[in-house]
Amino acid sequence: MTATENAPATTGVPFTLNGVELEAKQGENLLDACDRLGVHIPRFCYHPRMTPVGMCRMCLVEIDTGRGPALQPGCMMTVSPNMVVNTESEATVKAQDGVLELLLINHPLDCPVCDKGGECPLQDNAFAYGPGESRFVEEKRHYEKPIPISDLVFLDRERCILCDRCTRFADEVAGDPLIHFVDRGAQTQVNTFPDHPFSSYFSGNTVQICPVGALTAKPYRFKARPWDLTGVESTAAVDATGARVAIQSSQNRLVRVLGVDSDAVNWGWLSDKERFIHEATDAEDRLTDPLTRDDAGEFVVRRWTDATKIAAEALQGPAERIGVIGGARLPLEAQFLWARLTDELGITSRDAQLGDGLDPAILSGAPRATIDRACTPGGTVVLLGADPKEELPSLFLRLRHAVAEDGVKLIELTPRASSLSSYAKARLYAAPGAAAEVAAAISTDASASVGGVDAQELAKAAELLGADGPVTVLVGRANLAETADLTAAALVALHDVAPDLAVLSGLRRGNIHGAIEMGLVPGSAEGGDGAAGKSTEAMLAAAAAGEIDTLVLLGADPMADVPNRELVESAFAAVATVVSIDTFNTASTARADIVLPAAAWGEVDGTFCNLEGRLSPLSAKVTSPGQARADWIIAAELALATGHDLGVGSLGEVRSAMVETVPSLAGVDFDGLVSDADGPVIGGDRAWSLSAPSVSVPPVDGYGLRLLVDRTLWDEGTMVHHAPSLAHLATTATVSVAPAVLDRLGVQPGDQVTLNHENGSVDLAVAADGRLPDGVARIPFRAAGFDAGTLIGEGPVVDVRLDRASS
Amino acid sequence: MSRLNAANVTLANEIISHYPKKKSALIPLLHLAQEQDGYVADDAMEHIAELVEVTPAEVLGTCSFYEMFKRHPVGTYMINVCTNISCQLLGGEELLHHAEQTLGIRPGGTTDDGMFTLEDVECIAACTEAPCLQVNYRHEYRLSTDDFDRLVADLRSGKRSDIPAHGTLGTVRQHIPADRRAGIKHPDDEGTPAWFASRQPAES
Amino acid sequence: MSSHTNDGHTNDYVPHAPGYVDNEGPKVVTSRFTYEDSFTLERSLATGGYDGLKAALAKSPAEVAQEVKDAVVLGRGGAGFPAGVKWGFMPQIWPRYLVVNGDESEPGTYKDRLLMERDPHQLIEGCMIACYALGLNQCFLYVRGEMPLAHERIATALNEAYAAGYVGKNVMDTDVSIDIVLHWGAGAYIVGEETALIESLEGNRGQPRLKPPYFPAAKGLYYQPTIVNNVETLANLPWLMVNGAEAYKTMGSEASPGTRMLAVSGHVKRPGVYEVEQGVVTFRELFYDDNYCGGIRDDNDLKMFIPGGGSAPWFFEDQLDIPMEGRTVGAAGSMLGSGALVVMDETTDAVKAALRVVRFFARESCGKCTPCREGTSWEEKVLQRILDGHGRPEDIDLLLEIGTNISPGTYPVASFGDAGLDAVPFPPKQTTICPLGPSSVAPITSAIRRFRDEFEAKIDASADGGVAAVDAESEPVVAAAGGH
Repeated sequence: MTATENAPATTGVPFTLNGVELEAKQGENLLDACDRLGVHIPRFCYHPRMTPVGMCRMCLVEIDTGRGPALQPGCMMTVSPNMVVNTESEATVKAQDGVLELLLINHPLDCPVCDKGGECPLQDNAFAYGPGESRFVEEKRHYEKPIPISDLVFLDRERCILCDRCTRFADEVAGDPLIHFVDRGAQTQVNTFPDHPFSSYFSGNTVQICPVGALTAKPYRFKARPWDLTGVESTAAVDATGARVAIQSSQNRLVRVLGVDSDAVNWGWLSDKERFIHEATDAEDRLTDPLTRDDAGEFVVRRWTDATKIAAEALQGPAERIGVIGGARLPLEAQFLWARLTDELGITSRDAQLGDGLDPAILSGAPRATIDRACTPGGTVVLLGADPKEELPSLFLRLRHAVAEDGVKLIELTPRASSLSSYAKARLYAAPGAAAEVAAAISTDASASVGGVDAQELAKAAELLGADGPVTVLVGRANLAETADLTAAALVALHDVAPDLAVLSGLRRGNIHGAIEMGLVPGSAEGGDGAAGKSTEAMLAAAAAGEIDTLVLLGADPMADVPNRELVESAFAAVATVVSIDTFNTASTARADIVLPAAAWGEVDGTFCNLEGRLSPLSAKVTSPGQARADWIIAAELALATGHDLGVGSLGEVRSAMVETVPSLAGVDFDGLVSDADGPVIGGDRAWSLSAPSVSVPPVDGYGLRLLVDRTLWDEGTMVHHAPSLAHLATTATVSVAPAVLDRLGVQPGDQVTLNHENGSVDLAVAADGRLPDGVARIPFRAAGFDAGTLIGEGPVVDVRLDRASS
Repeated sequence: MSRLNAANVTLANEIISHYPKKKSALIPLLHLAQEQDGYVADDAMEHIAELVEVTPAEVLGTCSFYEMFKRHPVGTYMINVCTNISCQLLGGEELLHHAEQTLGIRPGGTTDDGMFTLEDVECIAACTEAPCLQVNYRHEYRLSTDDFDRLVADLRSGKRSDIPAHGTLGTVRQHIPADRRAGIKHPDDEGTPAWFASRQPAES
Repeated sequence: MSSHTNDGHTNDYVPHAPGYVDNEGPKVVTSRFTYEDSFTLERSLATGGYDGLKAALAKSPAEVAQEVKDAVVLGRGGAGFPAGVKWGFMPQIWPRYLVVNGDESEPGTYKDRLLMERDPHQLIEGCMIACYALGLNQCFLYVRGEMPLAHERIATALNEAYAAGYVGKNVMDTDVSIDIVLHWGAGAYIVGEETALIESLEGNRGQPRLKPPYFPAAKGLYYQPTIVNNVETLANLPWLMVNGAEAYKTMGSEASPGTRMLAVSGHVKRPGVYEVEQGVVTFRELFYDDNYCGGIRDDNDLKMFIPGGGSAPWFFEDQLDIPMEGRTVGAAGSMLGSGALVVMDETTDAVKAALRVVRFFARESCGKCTPCREGTSWEEKVLQRILDGHGRPEDIDLLLEIGTNISPGTYPVASFGDAGLDAVPFPPKQTTICPLGPSSVAPITSAIRRFRDEFEAKIDASADGGVAAVDAESEPVVAAAGGH
């Protein structure tokens, strides 16, 4: 130990591996060092992203640290100077053979029908290091064959080799220790507590890391044999984290998505949404044909040439009377072409956000942080926005690791306790409408509570923001019932305390950062009058006022996603033509006049830009159904049809044009993205140029409770809704309040209450939520059973009142 | 069956206060639940999970590891016959066999009247007094089969009031009066005792 | 019979558990054992109780630690490591903890329970001395769950000691403040292993941690420096503080000063718990002398004996004249372990005895690491099959082979001249995390090396050579998958 400490930090650690003198890195784990140096030591329980436990004993190797050779688990050893390791000695081989025989004595021989068969570490190790035959003639252990431990995961305890990977993941990585070792000795098994299923957002990772077929995923069970699968590397596009994945198909169907270890992004982990959402690509009700309306207003199927011509006509009206909404679903290449096309057409009203995001100036006007910067040991992270576990779950895992293991200090500036609150060093639970005021009150001299936040917490936050180490603010939209200007104002106030802060965008929707980068934001049209470009909300308001003729929806469903429901309704009612380019029938396509079917995730090649500005590949693995085609082709064809040839006939030509014309993409090697697990970050250098918008928040009115509307991972979103394994997980709409509010109302959780607001009232089930401050009522957005958007208007906040439901 | 009752919640919080970290109280609290109900009910485990701030699965993981915790109701008297080596040498297995015959149950079973549960247990630290057994963890030593029959008869007829109900461990608990407590703190809040520094010779 | 009230007041006494034999010889830890009220504070104080703590508090912590080191107080829990040296491994990091291992459950071991039941104040005093020497203020006394009388008496004693100022705030009116918390287990032998004990004390499954990196002295309870000491080890400290290291070392041998409590069970005329000088008395004297066990029952021949608990390789007549101390017993191929001697006479069935001990380890395996979890239960199944008359000739070598997968290399064995076998010294090597798995190999190796003929006889008598049993129990290859 002391020898290691005394060695100069810059040099390698000399050691001998199978008679060859080699160098390990300082502090390097022996298994990692051997992997790097090309010597494989078999293992089951070791996983490079989790604490080693040395339980399976498969990696026993003979190690001599000066006291003679002894068998040691390689996974528990840090290479020390002059360590002599022999992975081929008689003792090593005997130990490996012995451990495998013991692992196999109780393992069932049902490999032919096991999902893992053919890609099973136990099979592979048994083949490479095992005894060849079993001397075990007794009866094997028996358990009930696979039991569901959650909606998505089955557990076959007979196959389990008790390596602690799934249980360790649940506890250490996900923070959801809902599966655990139960019983003892040879009867040890993994299980859940009765009626407490393994309902973790991250449960699918356990299936991926299970070294045997003990854990299987419901969406994949018996769908394919590993040797029939082919795969490509891609990026999860269901949220903006941009987790790296491998997508696998069999017989032209996507059957499985696996996490890929990107050091900079997701460390190999995925949320269940990223993992299983591919089911939507294969959904029955995909849009397969271009549609237009006949004289009776019914949809008729069109050929592309006809539909393109009709759509082109709509796009050739007065440019100021055309609006383009959406684009976050599109790959970067299609976003680029849409920006070019609208530039050519002079359309300045284009917005990839749907009124549920942030002013893009927040991202362009502040230094930008990477995930790694946020997770720098010793740094400070401020949560100013939604709960990352609900909106950006893979990012949540990185943040959780940072605050739980690496000493990153967390400040919550959120409407309620986040999923990381147990690690928070300062907890600023600002009432809706109060975030900016609270942020402005952060001071080491704070002496009075502000916006429901104690002076002590304000002072703690000031101290943390003033400490050494980088400060990163994760900025997102915490409350859809509150104006985003408050978030912007809060960020400016934080900057006053921590002038060196950088911003990590918390915008959640797919490739939204690519869309912003490509200019699908209001007022960024080249040559257009910047001020004239309207945001989504402004376009809808203009449409409602009869100032817009044509709305183009680029994979956007404003009927469901724009928080202000009344506004969308009146806009759709007033506008002459709605062109929807989408993959699914949605509430908005149902109201459209022209519908163009687009290829979905897994069907097209392209590029993703995540919330850091990091580029990664999107890959085609299966072909699109019917006539659905890639968004970039749709844009190119529309350009031709409107008389603006963009000069691109292939994806390669699109990319060449991008590299030439978009400054932040200069020098980007698109073809090299697949082989770069981290990927380049674009648009990193940004100076602080924000100023606080002024917002005046009215005092809480007679309704008494201020509304919080936020998202949960499982909602009635289009993709979740179309993934059969996930659809039923959608949150049911309830209104939750602090337990004290329930007591005041004299109701029990689960009772019906009447929620009164400006526009009327609605009866909902009520729930208690200890994470909520008093004075706040929370309703999840896009939950099953009630559209919270109907409560949201134009004001900066929404107030509601709860009453006991009249019988 | 049930969560901890109010008196036991008070006791539970006192027990929790004896430890630097709450989860350390898990085993004592499981004993408390078993003392209350005679076994550890699922509801009790959920309640304990709340008290020590872990998940029910973690409580189950601990609970199921230890033999004394019964997750289903057992007989009024749990009879644990030792058959480990010292007792085996002097008739422990024969004693167990006799118990099976007399009670009409196999180890792990409970008599139909709910009076006795029989277990075949490992060494209970009375090796010089073999063969031995425990009734609700109270030792009986050097038992002949006649002694066993007498014991069963006494238990049935209520003559053994010295043996408390299953689940009751020590009938005396440790109480640390607030004014006598040196101070038990979370490890993060604990440092070197002041007296230690002042009492060490200067050079160290 | 007695009655208790919940305020800790005992109206009259539950009788002592039997077993202690008041033999001739120096008494370090059992001096109060013959008093009916030995466990009360009153009796303790009347017989020098807490004088050791008083003496310790008059010195610096470093001086107390040095006294313990000078006296060479060997750990009485099994490994026999000097407590003073172990204490020295603690880095200068706080908080740090003392954890007392009162989870006595090694087969044949019966001494810590007596120490806890009969003289709890002596143990508490020992804890206080150790805490003082180690500069720590929190001690956890982990008592085996199946010992309610020990709980009651320690709880009562602690309540008395807190009230009287021997424990808690400002001990004996000094600035020293130390808490001792009584903790109770719930039935798991493995918790006697120190890292498993720590896991258990943290509220977890009692599964051992890996050493390295989790040596308790550096990373123990809550991953803070922690000393885990056995009950008997700490019970030695009050006497040591009063009488000093020099006096301590006048007892026992040079390498192993002091006394040991030894529980002799099985086929002896007078089984019992004896306090015996270490390294002075031989096994033969212990088993045959009238001051101790008085001979084998019915004057039968000795067949074998376990010198240090179920984990220890067996000894035979050849080893009877070894003086009992850790070093000599280890060199002869076994260990004195927890002071548990189990004597087996000529009527004992070696296969049955081996099975019983193996079965213990199979039942008590924690399940954390593969070789122990799978290997011990496999050993048990094969032995049971042999005993049930379904043995196969290859089963004997199979048993030895499973053993080498748990404990590679030659397993420690005692020498015996007629087979030309030299002793292989203890301890064994292991593929496991802790010594539990290798312990299961001890009875198998001992029995097969010495009594292979008994195994062969059982196998020869098997009507079916094991075939019928194997056929009936073998696994249908794919049918099990039908449940999908």
